Amino acid sequence: MTLPRKAGLGFKPEHFPAISETKPDLGFFEIHAENYMGAGGMPHAMLERLRADYALSVHGVGLSIGGPDPLDRDHLARLKLLCDRYDPESFSEHLAWASHGGVWMHDLLPLPYTVETLSLICDHVDEVQEHLGRRMLLENPATYVLFDDSDIPETEFLTEISQRTGCGLLLDLNNVFVSCVNHRQDPRAYLEAFPLNRVGEIHLAGHEEEELPSGPLLIDSHGREVAEPVWALYAETVSKTGQLPSLIEWDNDVPDFATLMAEAERASMILSGDHDALAS
Amino acid sequence: MRSHRDFARGFRESLAGGPAPQNATAQDPAEIERRFDVYRNNVAHGLTQALARHFPAIERLLGAECFRGIARAYIAEHPPRTPVLTEWGGAFPAYLADEPSLQSLSYLPDVARIEWARSRAYHAADAEPVAPELLQETATRAGTHLCLDLHPSVQILQLLTPAGSIWASQQPGGPAPPRAKEWRPETLLIARRGISHVITSVVRSSTGRFISALSAGETVARAQDRAGADFDLNAALLLLVENALIVGAGIERGDES
Repeated sequence: MTLPRKAGLGFKPEHFPAISETKPDLGFFEIHAENYMGAGGMPHAMLERLRADYALSVHGVGLSIGGPDPLDRDHLARLKLLCDRYDPESFSEHLAWASHGGVWMHDLLPLPYTVETLSLICDHVDEVQEHLGRRMLLENPATYVLFDDSDIPETEFLTEISQRTGCGLLLDLNNVFVSCVNHRQDPRAYLEAFPLNRVGEIHLAGHEEEELPSGPLLIDSHGREVAEPVWALYAETVSKTGQLPSLIEWDNDVPDFATLMAEAERASMILSGDHDALAS
Repeated sequence: MRSHRDFARGFRESLAGGPAPQNATAQDPAEIERRFDVYRNNVAHGLTQALARHFPAIERLLGAECFRGIARAYIAEHPPRTPVLTEWGGAFPAYLADEPSLQSLSYLPDVARIEWARSRAYHAADAEPVAPELLQETATRAGTHLCLDLHPSVQILQLLTPAGSIWASQQPGGPAPPRAKEWRPETLLIARRGISHVITSVVRSSTGRFISALSAGETVARAQDRAGADFDLNAALLLLVENALIVGAGIERGDES
């Protein structure tokens, strides 16, 4: 069971009436797992309705796969309950960490890429896949600093995790662009080195820009339209990979549903090889 | 080699106000602190927003800036110990009660208790109300041994301030806040009717004691005793039935000898 190779949207409860009424033509919806861990009520009522009509991607933000602590067993159990109940076409998490010593920071924090962290993350991915009884996708991060003890390039690190654990990868092209601009690297070189054959889903989102003395600092804000250079990377990527499930993420300052649909329609046009969609 | 555990500990100290991690680097090392600020801001902003989602009336009553300051202090003292943010914030009402600068706002912790209870009710498990005929039939058979199961969202708050009226005054289109001469303790029923409608009703304190006793598993007859003076059984049962809060009826297993 995999996600349809079409455009999808992050589900926002405020859009539920519009979605129920219009049943828009979308490949799938994605939810943040941690928002659906209550016992009952409206969140589950909406998700059940949504699930009946659409393919579903469950995207976790709280497992802290890149953290030093053992994975939280209670949280794994909650994820399993959610996945068993809604049987999503995809489950994904992040190459990042979020908790330490039992405290959650609720951000996707960066880590050095070393032999030690590689082996730790592979163990964690193995544990997640075994516990959930399904293959997961791991997402490349947006980062703002590097670490001087990192001695494995991020693309190689992700390739290695994917090969050792069998997990797929979630290629977030906004994260690629944000990280590469922030670290004064070439996003095309990054994508050349990225194992595109392991990609099960693409994420597209908007970012904010600040100015540092050395140049721009991009911030992965998920609060606006996908930027033009990211659309360009998307078109180049899908021309190599063929059609892939592609998500528009817009989590902050959420606009009306029509605005989100316009972004999804642009992704659909690029997926179907319409090159005019690039010149908006 | 520094272990990953040492790295994470150091990183957390950096987030909490210390300098950026020793091993953090950038093309231009002079910019490391500015860059690391993105993480400091994301964590502080994300958690403050999460707290504001639970406690919107507190944010309105305090004003955004004051709320932000209190939230930052709360985050430092009671950081989330769960990845599920809807479950974080339960200690905030008591934190407000202990906060020296807020001592003049005696109602504030009570308003926060209401908001936390509403949040609990919103996410509580689902349960269908018992059919009226079944309720009637069970009541007839049970006599004084009738027990009622209440909806999992049902909560009673016995408050020393008119925080329910103050909370209501903070809602869009809400009534004016209570005047000084209307200042009195309030008992609230907070529960969810159906899938989505969270109710926040000021009730008589006797009704509150009755519902609390039912929740604790007492029979209707004993709960009525607990309710004390000024109790209207029919009104209390009607309140529960109208809000679809009676989800089971049974007969207490007596230990008849």
